[in-house]
Amino acid sequence: MNIYQITFWILSLFTLAFAIGVIMSRNPINSVLFLILTFFCISGHYVLMNAQFLAIVNIIVYAGAIMVLFLFVIMLMNLNSDTEPQKNFLVQFAGVVSGGALLLIMVAAIKSSITGLEGKNIDLINSTDIGLIKNLGTVLFTTYVFPFEIASVLFLSAMVGAVVLGKKDSALKTVE
Amino acid sequence: MILTAITLGFILEKVILVSIILGGSLGIAMYSTWAERKVAAVMQDRRGPNRAGPFGLFQPLADGLKLFMKEEIIPTLSNKFLFILGPSLAMLMACMTSAVIPWGPNIVHADGSVFTLQVADINIGILFIFGVVSLGVYGIMLGSWASNNKYSLLSGLRAAAQAVSYELAMGLSLIALVMMSGSLSMREIVEQQHGFWDNGYFTWNFFKQPLAFIIFIVCSFAELNRAPFDLSECESELVGGYHTEFSSMKLGFYLFAEYINMFITSIILSSLFFGGYNYPGMDWVALHVSPLFVSIIGVLVLLGKAVAFILFFMFIRWTLPRFRYDQLMDLGWKSLIPLALFNMLVTGAIILAFQK
Repeated sequence: MNIYQITFWILSLFTLAFAIGVIMSRNPINSVLFLILTFFCISGHYVLMNAQFLAIVNIIVYAGAIMVLFLFVIMLMNLNSDTEPQKNFLVQFAGVVSGGALLLIMVAAIKSSITGLEGKNIDLINSTDIGLIKNLGTVLFTTYVFPFEIASVLFLSAMVGAVVLGKKDSALKTVE
Repeated sequence: MILTAITLGFILEKVILVSIILGGSLGIAMYSTWAERKVAAVMQDRRGPNRAGPFGLFQPLADGLKLFMKEEIIPTLSNKFLFILGPSLAMLMACMTSAVIPWGPNIVHADGSVFTLQVADINIGILFIFGVVSLGVYGIMLGSWASNNKYSLLSGLRAAAQAVSYELAMGLSLIALVMMSGSLSMREIVEQQHGFWDNGYFTWNFFKQPLAFIIFIVCSFAELNRAPFDLSECESELVGGYHTEFSSMKLGFYLFAEYINMFITSIILSSLFFGGYNYPGMDWVALHVSPLFVSIIGVLVLLGKAVAFILFFMFIRWTLPRFRYDQLMDLGWKSLIPLALFNMLVTGAIILAFQK
């Protein structure tokens, strides 16, 4: 076991512990904080795979921006009482079904990616600079340029939607 | 594997470097508090601190001692863990940015070994700074929420909204710079600004990207929570802002983190836009003095530029009144972001035109 594997196992242990903390903690603020720690651990995994760009973007976007907004909303909702209202049976059932479906998709995706690798050029996977920004940019703007642009249109539509929702609110206020 | 290259000597070298940098930043931040009060005094035609030591130079020591000695009060209904975590995070994030800054030219020993005056030359240096800056707001947010005080909470929300809004414009303004230099590594960006004049034009990025510099410096004021954007500690509306409930050294950490951030931001501004440790005539100097002195002069030049920026931050603070909150948001979203996008497009067009 070399130092790389030791780091990997310790990091994985922390990732899982924090991820369990997200769903087990009663206080939503603690949940958010555990989620931030989980993102840090995932970034650690990216660094281990020498994908420094992905690691830092993960921190900037998720830990630095999205989780700040999460925290923002939760602080405004004042959910700091430790008691959580009991959900009814239907909601719990729907949660179990959707969670199970997600698990199925994840397992299927991982399995297909493993079987897809058989007989392929493994050097590409093992090469240490695959996650560096230059290679990432090349791949993103040549092979995957279409999904990349589609994703940006998706973000644009979400942005326009948010602006429309915001405008509607202020228009109502001026009418009153 | 990256991890196998680590030897004991390497670790020792880095530990010494980190200690010097942290000690230096703390020292400079300490005397920034003194300088701020002196600058304020001069601008308002007063004397400023002049009792402790010559010119009041021991005032920061006395202030630090006072903060350490004061009684520590933790509100009964606060979340104790987060209440302590808040100021600690603020301090930690303030100190972390210094890791990727190139403090001076490499020192090449007689036996060919190289001593780099940079803790980590990672190929994504600028993004690392962004990551740490975007995490900096957690210290304020967690501390303000944990105090269980409505003024603190409002202040924390203001700080978070402001930080998230201005990070966007900051990032966009830097994209133009990165497009031009073609690298995200701080060391490489500074090396590209070698000297002062080359090929019939200035080498410093300020002269190539003036608009990006203006956007970046305005955004740094907002990220630092300094006047005229210090709405999160607006005492006429929010009592003391996010640190209303904090006492003793926890309050000290919040105040101190701001000064460390100011120092580091000044260093980043001078590295990215004003050539870092480069100065006019550095090639002539390199030929005439020993390599060690070349490095020392480089570090001193960088520190000199940083001090100039710190003074600029202070002049602005004591000159301009505070913005109103809607004006702040308008400036960020409706002026700086479109300007940064425009700058990005123009830079892209120019780069394309020069390539052909």
